[in-house]
Amino acid sequence: MTPGSSVGFGLGDRPVAVDSRGHSKAMTGLPGEAAAQHVAADDARVPGAGRITDALTDPRPPAAVGLLSERTPVTPIVEARGLTKRFGRAQALAGLDLVAQPGRVVALLGPNGAGKTTFVRSVATLLRPDAGSLQVAGIDALRHPARVRQMIGLAGQFAAVEPAMTGRENLEMIGRLFGLKPKQARAAATAVLEQIQLTGDAGRLVRTYSGGMRRRLDLGASLVGAPRLLLLDEPTAGLDPGSRVQLWDAIRQLVAAGTDVLLTTQYLDEADQLAADIVIIDHGQVIAAGTPSELKTLAGDDVIEVHVRDAEALPDVAAVLSAVGRDPRVDRATRRVWVAVDDGTRRLMEAMRALDHGGAGVEDISLRRPTLDEVFLTLTGKPAGTTGQPSGPAAA
Amino acid sequence: MANASVITGSPLSPARGRVNSGARFWPSALAVARRTVLKFVRTPQLIGLATVQSAIFLVIFRYIFGGAINAGGLPYVDFLVPGFVVTGFLWAGMGAAAGVAEDVEQGLFDRLRSLPIPRAAVLAGRGLADTALVTWSLAVGTALGFAVGFRMHGPVTAGLAALGLCVLFSFAFEWVFITIGLVAGTAQAAQGMSVLMTVLVFVSSAYVPVSSMPGWLRPVAEQQPVTPMVNAVRGLVGGPQAEALLPHTTAYYVGLSLIWAVAIMVVFGVVAAARFSRR
Repeated sequence: MTPGSSVGFGLGDRPVAVDSRGHSKAMTGLPGEAAAQHVAADDARVPGAGRITDALTDPRPPAAVGLLSERTPVTPIVEARGLTKRFGRAQALAGLDLVAQPGRVVALLGPNGAGKTTFVRSVATLLRPDAGSLQVAGIDALRHPARVRQMIGLAGQFAAVEPAMTGRENLEMIGRLFGLKPKQARAAATAVLEQIQLTGDAGRLVRTYSGGMRRRLDLGASLVGAPRLLLLDEPTAGLDPGSRVQLWDAIRQLVAAGTDVLLTTQYLDEADQLAADIVIIDHGQVIAAGTPSELKTLAGDDVIEVHVRDAEALPDVAAVLSAVGRDPRVDRATRRVWVAVDDGTRRLMEAMRALDHGGAGVEDISLRRPTLDEVFLTLTGKPAGTTGQPSGPAAA
Repeated sequence: MANASVITGSPLSPARGRVNSGARFWPSALAVARRTVLKFVRTPQLIGLATVQSAIFLVIFRYIFGGAINAGGLPYVDFLVPGFVVTGFLWAGMGAAAGVAEDVEQGLFDRLRSLPIPRAAVLAGRGLADTALVTWSLAVGTALGFAVGFRMHGPVTAGLAALGLCVLFSFAFEWVFITIGLVAGTAQAAQGMSVLMTVLVFVSSAYVPVSSMPGWLRPVAEQQPVTPMVNAVRGLVGGPQAEALLPHTTAYYVGLSLIWAVAIMVVFGVVAAARFSRR
């Protein structure tokens, strides 16, 4: 899959990728493996920052959607074409193209101000894009926003629950607003409380809840209507690690129950944990998209990481690693050097021999798949959001 | 569209999710109103503080400034209390503006706007609830007024009509406060903007006779909406003695204040609705 391409996401067990030249491929087998093969076969060139620019200047294939829909009669849950939105002088969306197929969790990943929230708010019909087209489950969100609202649930960046009501009262109120009858609203609230593990606290006023409980209740509120598409805008921003994991569990259960989820996040591990498909957004445009493993492949097949005992040894180790892969990166704070390599096992052996010969004090050496941090760095030339690790090119 | 959602199986195992018909206008408005009222009722500090504040305010005017104010032959307490009760909703309204701004700030309005309900119902619910709360503070204010020595000089029906007018005025001004809350965006900003309301309260006939003001200020006080509202209520409850002090008849002020109320409601209702559904 090419960075900057229009992407159609998983169609059940046969994901289809449409690259920037309009070629479409059905992948068979495990999505991750298939994607890796696909990328290896298609991208003889090394994907990287320069590559993105090429892709972006390529004319967009107008037939991409056609090809997609020929293959699959499934209506995309979200289909955005050339969305633009400007707030004063800030260009929040700059021609964003995104097609998300139903049945998968899609994570929009990007730094602050990348346009994630603007996009989600457009899908939620809270904002009207300046130009472009936007369909939600086949319905034109610009022309028929009221019909789109019948199919979505939104949980924003804040816990939009009423502190002076109990957890149950909050859920029943939203259930009623979704159009449920009182009895149905009660039943839905009971079921949702169970799902978000707040049954025991359902009768307490929300003002006595912890931050994590409020977030879970907020998520629950968007669920009582059992919407087709759940929009989660940075659902775990500002939560402690324990609460994040609990919220992730709740989201995973939902997905298992068949709700389509579009979520935004600045946390790479969150996207990795939850999403079947990740769309990386920067400056209001999609710069890359694919499954987590596809995206990781963009940053090299494998990564060799060396942890040294003494920071003084970092330049030497970096020099050694530059012989086995390209452009090793150094993080002084954690005394680590890592490098992307093509043939992991063989390169690891080479690196170990060379390091042994050089006599550097190595604490730990490992071979692993690249993290999304590294992917983001490769694609944008800067670390992702606030979680990015400080890094830079190896000192030569 | 039928107001029913078809649930197939458990609400949590939506085969492909549901299409929610959404609640209609009045059920939506009532649900939103209920939440605002619950918030108020379950925050006793808020109620206590508001009551104490208005009592202090009344006592200061009644017993401290009151002696220095010449109400033109009318006992000052009889002049003061109608003005105090009418302008009470303007004080209460500032809290409403801050509450609306808080709902914007904390994302509650975004959630409500993303639901399949008429957007106007959200504002209508808020407006109704706040008016109900203001009616409560109106009753408290009236009771306090009687406690400091105010007596009716008109028929009971006129008193009830006066209370009805007060509720109507507060409903009209509620739209001003909702607009302020929506525009301000933060509770603090809303509070700041609402302070402008003190101008409306004091540059009026509520606490002092307009005739005691300097010549350049008098037209402002006479032409702004609070003065006819206060005069209408004062004429209704004060009987002939109070009416004699007014430049026009009570009926004139009732009519004028009704026109003002409707105009404010329409203009700010439209502005608030436009602002709320802007996207």
